Amino acid sequence: MSRRGDWVYENNGGTCVAIAGADYCVVAADTRLSTGYSIYTRDYSKICKLADKCVLASSGFQGDIKALQKNLSARHLIYQHQHNKQMSCPAMAQLLSNTLYYKRFFPYYAFNVLGGLDNEGKGCVFTYDAVGSYERVGYSSQGSGSTLIMPVLDNQLKSPSPLLLPAKDSVTPLSEMEAVDLVKDVFASATERDIYTGDKLEIVIINASGIQHEFMELRKD
Amino acid sequence: MAQSFEVPNGHSVEEHDLERTLNPYVTGTSVIGLKYKDGIILAADTGGSYGSTLRYKSVERIKPIGKHSLLGASGEISDFQEILKYLDELIIYDNMWDDGNSLGPKEVHNYLNRVMYNRRNKFDPLWNSLVLGGVKNGQKYLGVVNMIGTHFEDDHVATGFGNHLARPILRAEWHADLSFEEAVKLVEKCLLVLLYRDRSAINKFQLAKITEEGTTIYPRYSLKTFWGFSAFQNPTKGAVGSW
Repeated sequence: MSRRGDWVYENNGGTCVAIAGADYCVVAADTRLSTGYSIYTRDYSKICKLADKCVLASSGFQGDIKALQKNLSARHLIYQHQHNKQMSCPAMAQLLSNTLYYKRFFPYYAFNVLGGLDNEGKGCVFTYDAVGSYERVGYSSQGSGSTLIMPVLDNQLKSPSPLLLPAKDSVTPLSEMEAVDLVKDVFASATERDIYTGDKLEIVIINASGIQHEFMELRKD
Repeated sequence: MAQSFEVPNGHSVEEHDLERTLNPYVTGTSVIGLKYKDGIILAADTGGSYGSTLRYKSVERIKPIGKHSLLGASGEISDFQEILKYLDELIIYDNMWDDGNSLGPKEVHNYLNRVMYNRRNKFDPLWNSLVLGGVKNGQKYLGVVNMIGTHFEDDHVATGFGNHLARPILRAEWHADLSFEEAVKLVEKCLLVLLYRDRSAINKFQLAKITEEGTTIYPRYSLKTFWGFSAFQNPTKGAVGSW
């Protein structure tokens, strides 16, 4: 007898990273879509631009991810019609949390990092679990390679510890270029040891002048 | 208020307690699709298996959709027939606008993605993996969607065993702007490997192409296979008493 839940999810793999700086935010993800030991395609974007200064990267079950991103995009459009302005990143962060919790008892199998600029133009990163629990942080990684990447970010970003009291903003003091270089390095390393990460790296940089894209080849094995 | 049904043993059962069949019965195996210079080629065998029995040998698993698309399906054949009914309705409604516009492959693929994902959300899936290929306004499009809603587009795609056996060949030998003859040779190479190695494959194929001009579905044909390997001669040589 096949159980109800056996076939409804699959993990399409991949890793996402976001790093917040003083006046920029870097969001990156690999472009591999896989299932089990097979690769579906090497050229699939996990990153979705939700608003002018707000970008979402998600890894997990692609069917749910696409539905989630579509849902948020649609809600943002309605917001723009009603308020005649773009949603701020912290506002989108709350919306994402609520959307995820809405399906608390049949979750979106999506592991998200939301990155962008807050209302003051400072970099912000929000990290989520599958049912909407979230936190504003200075940097984060989610997905199959996150356990390989997170310790390296902790070590290299020189961010103030989130455990300090009084609380200090944990954005990295690194420059935009240094942050992008670090992202490239961590993905190259994660690709070596995580079979679900590889093929190509897509990097999105959000700063005062807008959104730029960068790509880098990764190992295809 | 919960909907009640009467089940064959006379009891009344509420809708949320009903079990739906979640196993496929009559199934089709791999479908392969690739882009070439003038458009898209789709290929599949014409077998319909009932578990390990080869029950139907002339199943058309590739069908034209509207003016601009071809749909190939693997998995449960009856669910494919239902999908064709949905698409038929979609295309008819589109034609009835009579506004000169017609649904292209991107739109049909998007529609199928939504249908498959929403059925999965209701725990009542269409047990298929679909390949949707087409050309509209010179733009070639080739996409896949599976029964839980995972979807993507690429220059070459395959379902089921094709993912394991055909994609590696396509990754090594596909390149942009293949001529029709080169593309057919490449597809046949993949189909042959599947014929040798996929238990549910049969030696009777349906090849279809779609270009800006329209769809062509070729007559069924077979591939030549070779079994004359020395290892297959005298197979019981080393096992006395076997047959």
